[in-house]
Amino acid sequence: MSRRFKPDWVHAGLTVTAVLVFAFIYLPMIVVVFYSFSENAVNSFPIQSWSTKWYGVLMHDRALLDSFQNSLIVAVAGTLIGLLLGIPAAFAVDRFQFPGKALFERIVLLPMILPGIITGVAMMSIFVLSGLHLSLVSILLGHGTFLIAIVMTQVYARLKRLNRSIEEASMDLGATRMKTFFLITLPNIRTAIIGASLLSFTLSLDEIAVSYFLTGRDLTLPVQIWAMLRRGITPEVNAISTIIFVFSVVMIVIVTRLSRDKSEA
Amino acid sequence: MQDEPSLSVMKPEHPPKHRKRIWRPRLLILLIPPIIWLSVFLFIPYVTLFINSFWKVDFGTIVHDFSFDNYKKFFTNPLYYGTFLKTLRIAAWVTFFSILLSYPLAYFIHFKIKKNKQLFYTLVIIPLWVSYLVRAYAWKIVLGQDGILNNFLLAIGIIHKPVEIFLYSPYAVILALTHIYTPWVLMSIYTSLEHIPRDVLEASKDLGAGRFRTFFHIVIPLSLPGVIAGATFAFVLTMGDFLAPQLLGGTSSMMVSNVVYSLFGVANNWPLGSTIGIVTLVVVLGILQLTHRLEKRTASFEDGTRGR
Repeated sequence: MSRRFKPDWVHAGLTVTAVLVFAFIYLPMIVVVFYSFSENAVNSFPIQSWSTKWYGVLMHDRALLDSFQNSLIVAVAGTLIGLLLGIPAAFAVDRFQFPGKALFERIVLLPMILPGIITGVAMMSIFVLSGLHLSLVSILLGHGTFLIAIVMTQVYARLKRLNRSIEEASMDLGATRMKTFFLITLPNIRTAIIGASLLSFTLSLDEIAVSYFLTGRDLTLPVQIWAMLRRGITPEVNAISTIIFVFSVVMIVIVTRLSRDKSEA
Repeated sequence: MQDEPSLSVMKPEHPPKHRKRIWRPRLLILLIPPIIWLSVFLFIPYVTLFINSFWKVDFGTIVHDFSFDNYKKFFTNPLYYGTFLKTLRIAAWVTFFSILLSYPLAYFIHFKIKKNKQLFYTLVIIPLWVSYLVRAYAWKIVLGQDGILNNFLLAIGIIHKPVEIFLYSPYAVILALTHIYTPWVLMSIYTSLEHIPRDVLEASKDLGAGRFRTFFHIVIPLSLPGVIAGATFAFVLTMGDFLAPQLLGGTSSMMVSNVVYSLFGVANNWPLGSTIGIVTLVVVLGILQLTHRLEKRTASFEDGTRGR
């Protein structure tokens, strides 16, 4: 009751801190979005005149468009590899005890936890030493490896929470193991699989440390942007960054929707 | 959420018999493709890196001449071990600031926001998904010579010509990496705050503890596993970063990964690069092992923190 008379400094301080941190997280990105609509080639402040010309430049940048296409190919194929190998691995880890299980779980997670540069140079070493040319394929193999870990952890987390008795009920009612899997288990982990796919796709599209070392002649989008950045600030990068930002927001909205009905299940 | 704890207590005592009926061990063939893949593309590369670290380079080619020279060089040459120590220092700062920034925000969202909590949480998590490069690059616009900060300070008259010190310093690197990893740490802390049972907080209040006492004696200890997990993440990822130092840091803030990067690139000394890679790998694994134990020890509410 005393609260009504004297201001709650602790609460106020906490609120201010929270707002400031929130601003800190968002401000740099908002800056990029604003500058992508600036007409000047130099990122001067304040912005003199507005235009969308950098988006136009973007649409005619052959190298950038090619790299985007390469990234899409790698992301789609990498996600497929992740799903094909990650889902079975998640099942095996969830349903069986086998010797070396703890070790297996840890090794799978390594490329997710270890600095990308180490995985990158390690993989580059074997490709180069075995005489293979670095190309989109080597990037794909690199991405596939860490995407297996992503898919496995996502699907495993869901399987662990899955109520096993519905499977038992299905079998008790006479369904075969196959039928149970496709009619009961799969629909129940469907959103986890979709979520894992979107996550894999986005991570692959953004990955740079591993890609950088496994890149041959064909660059992926982040590696291409990286090359542009090293040449100096180009306003084109603001435009492509804005597009990536918007794309990311759309993706997370979809994924949160999916994970929401996860918690209801 | 309410009935989970009891379930997990029961599990070890009653191993579900039906499980064997549904999933026969022969389905372990499921594991064969991932194991082959991971051996070829993960295990062998790491082993190769390890073996390479004992060779040396003569006139630009790798000579297979076993020695510990690279390790000796690493631990005696200040360029290498010094950079490594500097990297650890930068990583420690980034970790510290990330926790400092994310804890209040996580606390605020979880305990103070009543409506649209999920929306706020999502808003904080979105940056996680936004390209790493975009976020690192954004700081270049803010801190650069014609950057916003410089122009702002010029406009209000604190400085009279643009200064370059904001960019190309270790501070820029720490700032940008803190910005990049804060949402990760926040996510981890938020999850652990969510797992604190409300009754415990109410009990503390009912027993007469003020909010500070409750915070320091209940909330902090119970959220520690989340803090540790998030801190590990920020620390390890910072240790492996080579893009932010190159983009924002300039030569004075080269980190260990930049050294690896140049040894595998222009400097063309793969064996030494492998050695530094292996040292980093060992240190990272050591940190992970250590924090894994710490997390376990601090996890009083087993169910909330296990299984990650």
